[in-house]
Amino acid sequence: MSLREELGGITAIIEKDLKAYYFKPPNISWGILFPIVLALSFSLRNPEGLTDLAPGLISMATLFGTTSMEAIVITFEKRVGALERLQLAPISLTSILVGKILGGTIFGLVISIVMTLLATLFLGAEVTSLSMFIVVLILTAVAHSALGAVVAVSVKEVFEAQTLSNYFRFPMIFLCGIFLPLAKMPTLLQYLARLLPLTYSVEALRACMTATSDNILADTVILTGFCVLLVYLSVALFRRNQES
Amino acid sequence: MNAIEVTELSKQWGQTKAVNGISFNIEEGEVFGFLGPNGAGKTTTIKMLVGLAKPTGGTAKVAGYDVVEKPRMVKKHIGVVPEQSNLYDELTVYENLRFVSKLYHIPSTKIDQRINELLETFKLKEYTARRFRKLSKGLKRRTVLAAALLHEPEIVFMDEPTSGLDVLSARRLRDLISGLADSGVTIFLTTHYIEEAGQLCDRIALLVRGDIVELDTPEALRSHVQDTPIIEISYNGEELTPDDLQTIKATDIKVNRNKLSIRTENIDRALSEFIKIAEEKGAKIQDVQTVKPGLEDAFIQLTGLSLDHMEREKEGKR
Ligand SMILES: Nc1ncnc2c1ncn2[C@@H]1O[C@H](COP(=O)(O)OP(=O)(O)OP(=O)(O)O)[C@@H](O)[C@H]1O
Ligand SMILES: [Mg+2]
Repeated sequence: MSLREELGGITAIIEKDLKAYYFKPPNISWGILFPIVLALSFSLRNPEGLTDLAPGLISMATLFGTTSMEAIVITFEKRVGALERLQLAPISLTSILVGKILGGTIFGLVISIVMTLLATLFLGAEVTSLSMFIVVLILTAVAHSALGAVVAVSVKEVFEAQTLSNYFRFPMIFLCGIFLPLAKMPTLLQYLARLLPLTYSVEALRACMTATSDNILADTVILTGFCVLLVYLSVALFRRNQES
Repeated sequence: MNAIEVTELSKQWGQTKAVNGISFNIEEGEVFGFLGPNGAGKTTTIKMLVGLAKPTGGTAKVAGYDVVEKPRMVKKHIGVVPEQSNLYDELTVYENLRFVSKLYHIPSTKIDQRINELLETFKLKEYTARRFRKLSKGLKRRTVLAAALLHEPEIVFMDEPTSGLDVLSARRLRDLISGLADSGVTIFLTTHYIEEAGQLCDRIALLVRGDIVELDTPEALRSHVQDTPIIEISYNGEELTPDDLQTIKATDIKVNRNKLSIRTENIDRALSEFIKIAEEKGAKIQDVQTVKPGLEDAFIQLTGLSLDHMEREKEGKR
């Protein structure tokens, strides 16, 4: 196998997925509208604490954007037989999934950048450490896109992917320190939160948006670990499901 | 050299035995037809040969490479037209072909030239900028076939290429397939349509419930049934029931309104029997013809399945 061929395949898949699917209804509703509506409804109820909320809103938008994109590029394509076309091409299964995950990553990044702009323009948020902020944003998008892929390879229908994703997504909104700081939660829930990648994203983004920089390095290392683990898991699950 | 070598190949999906140890070889440049009713295992066989499903037994070599050991090498040498037209709805014909070219590592300097050649051959030029979703079924099939040929594969697999097409589109597609065969490409195709297989294929394998029950040239398959001719009788008067016709000695009798077809070794005896029955029931013979059995009859005789039955199943599946 040649690396150049694999990379060529990966970029072709990313480009095609973005071109074909960014306007699909689930992406618009779950990926873009939902996070914005949620942010708006909170800003109406609690106009003061908004600056604090910014890191959480940005990471949440990334979570929803990436996972909805994966539901389409994987589950939808599997359903209509288009994924089979990729499997027929001389590229590895890993490259196919990496392409899918990176397509979702880019979609998630675009949404999170829009969210960041909104937050800085209207909520008075500020990015204090831009380079780290970008690194964390990318890791967040990759990790959650891969999480979306893990869900997407395990189900047959797009709505199943959305439903199953919601089992993760909604608890994550409340567990991962978006609205309620981790320190104020019961110990048991804190442990649970530490098992979820979003917790580290929120923590790291918050650090990049305030003067403090505690834990940032640890957070990025852990997020990187999640990226590797989840990509690996999605490939393994895909292979297993195909055999049965 | 053989383009495809299949030895004792089997596939079991859970409890379902889809393919039961089939063996055959396909020569380079041959057009090989896999003919069989629904659920016979045609698609499963293709899936194993193109690397989409792992065989549960036996081996297969495509373009000289073992399909399990070297799937990547196999994939480089084959083109596949799947049962479903699975290009991307939201992309145009051109964008679809360009994407597939990239998947097959065609150098970017050559992509446009290759796409143009195929658009030309497949008469798709005027649809270049149309979204795949907006194409008719026939045009979709043609685009999918073009996509399968971009990397100039030497072996092409087609799973029911003409199913669901109207007569004209199907004929056009068959012409294209013939043209492809003339250019020396090895073709493995599956079909429900007996006459289609007869027109296109050098050899046909009849697949029934995962077993190859017959493998021969279309002519030879026809000649299998040649010695039991069919007489077709049209008559006026009340419809005759199978009960009325019990006394006729024949391998097969079909009644369709006022038309009767009798397959029998002994035409004379069957005819005189029928005349007796007709007199008794007051039926008037209008026309008598002897028919040379076609491939369809060969198929029915060899598989023991009726064509109606197959068509019905196909409809039910859709
Ligand atoms: N992915 C699968 N999982 C489980 N069973 C399967 C799978 N694919 C096919 N089968 C079963 O294997 C048998 C053969 O199916 P296959 O699709 O190969 O038949 P076919 O000859 O292509 O039929 P058709 O003319 O309907 O396309 C059927 O009983 C089918 O239900
Ligand atoms: Mg089939």
